[in-house]
Amino acid sequence: MQPYLKLDHIDKTFTRGNASTEVLKDINLTIERGEYVSIIGHSGCGKSTLLNIVAGLTSATTGGVLLENREVNSPGPDRAVVFQNHSLLPWLTVYENVKLGVDKVFASSKSRSERDAWVMHNLNLVQMAHAKDKRPSEISGGMKQRVGIARALAMEPKVLLLDEPFGALDALTRAHLQDSVMALHQKLGNTILMITHDVDEAVLLSDRIVMMTNGPSARIGEILDVPLARPRKRLELATNAVYLKCRQRVLEFLYERHRFVEAA
Amino acid sequence: MNMPVMKTEAATAVLATNAAPVVTMTPKRPPRADKYLKMAKETAVRVVPPLIVLAFLMLVWELVCRRAGSTLPPPSRVYTETRELIFHPFFDNGGIDKGLFWHLSASLQRVAFGYSLAAVVGIGLGTLVGQSVWAMRGLDPIFQVLRTIPPLAWLPLSLAAFRDGHPSAIFVIFITSIWPIIINTAVGIRNIPQDYRNVAAVVQLSPLEFFWKIMIPAAAPYIFTGLRIGIGLSWLAIVAAEMLIGGVGIGFFIWDAWNSSHISEIILALFYVGIIGFVLDRLIAGLARIVTHGTALN
Repeated sequence: MQPYLKLDHIDKTFTRGNASTEVLKDINLTIERGEYVSIIGHSGCGKSTLLNIVAGLTSATTGGVLLENREVNSPGPDRAVVFQNHSLLPWLTVYENVKLGVDKVFASSKSRSERDAWVMHNLNLVQMAHAKDKRPSEISGGMKQRVGIARALAMEPKVLLLDEPFGALDALTRAHLQDSVMALHQKLGNTILMITHDVDEAVLLSDRIVMMTNGPSARIGEILDVPLARPRKRLELATNAVYLKCRQRVLEFLYERHRFVEAA
Repeated sequence: MNMPVMKTEAATAVLATNAAPVVTMTPKRPPRADKYLKMAKETAVRVVPPLIVLAFLMLVWELVCRRAGSTLPPPSRVYTETRELIFHPFFDNGGIDKGLFWHLSASLQRVAFGYSLAAVVGIGLGTLVGQSVWAMRGLDPIFQVLRTIPPLAWLPLSLAAFRDGHPSAIFVIFITSIWPIIINTAVGIRNIPQDYRNVAAVVQLSPLEFFWKIMIPAAAPYIFTGLRIGIGLSWLAIVAAEMLIGGVGIGFFIWDAWNSSHISEIILALFYVGIIGFVLDRLIAGLARIVTHGTALN
């Protein structure tokens, strides 16, 4: 069977003048439909670059991305991104921000009233329908990120790309939002690729964790299966042996074998 | 008269269903007089200090210019000499012998033409320079030189080109106000966060949709800064330009008054020019606040 999403021998080298830095080296990864895969690594290891390559916002130097056997090398709504800093347009309301994508993706396939209902449906999924007429500056950071998720979901992406989606949030809000994303994944069965630097988050949410070595020339160091049954409950997992073992493995990888070397 | 009765009814209904003590809250609305008093206070705080300063300055002016042999008239004489003009702004005796309203409206029309043209062309060119590195490399140095040319220096050239005062004045307004609009628009476009561009790329907006839905709103605060500087410069330039081209217009009115030694009329005209310049500036600032939902600086 052909893989759903395939990252095929991706290298990425940034060149500025005569100096060139190899950021990513020989990245191979296949992701099945409905899978939740996290990429974890120290900052500067190129994990965001990798996500941008999948999103089509950056192009790989060699190698490529195959989605359902077709090469994708430009951005598109089939790989919607939830950005780290929400990236809502401040001059549009919550509703209009989600509608921007919906109007483009479903321009011909849905009528005006269907599109309106679809926007509201997605705002309801993230429990933000009550704030539809507010502007981003009037809602909290967690709410903005919810809207960002609704905007991405509303485009019905084949793969949902999350770029450290909870990085800028406080711990309580983050936990709440992680639960929401888990519930959405359970309900909608999206294929999700998430960048994170939070070990607990990776273990809690993912089916597989891709651990990256330190850059330059970062590679995939290890891929860890997380054989925890879903739905997962944060509190029960705290004492679960499998959970703790997975967590241990990731911590060992990050802090023993691939310690972050501070740039001098 | 009905209100209290209804309120007690509602209260008893709640009491009956909940069987719990309900405290009825009578909304405390401040009496209307209080509200007006507060508004009046706020207005007074803003209006009274400048009025006091103004009165003081007028007094100094009056005292300084009252002496015999003074070259400039005191405010009292300005008023008596220009009362006709103040109270009859709409007379029209043909030629350039018109009321101040007609002079001001002629000047405003020229500014409206030249400035609107500058706004459209300026935002267009600014977008081009902000968006394309090659356009910036090619055009920016030229703009930087051209923008230092004083407005009136363009007038002889435009008179030579158009062979008529009216389009020449409009051209001078255009060329004066376009530079800050171009430069600020370009800076605004260049400063659009990469995040917004990424969003547009993921959603796959077409270039035209990107222009209207992302670029213009994202750069709006900068664009309006340019527009505000531009309208100020236009109004500065029109008076000078009209002095030279003649005809109906507040600039030539001032020049004509000087030639006929009507110093009081000059002072009255300056007063109007100042007030209108202020109103134009506030107009653009207000427009900016409406369009950008308060994100533009004023």
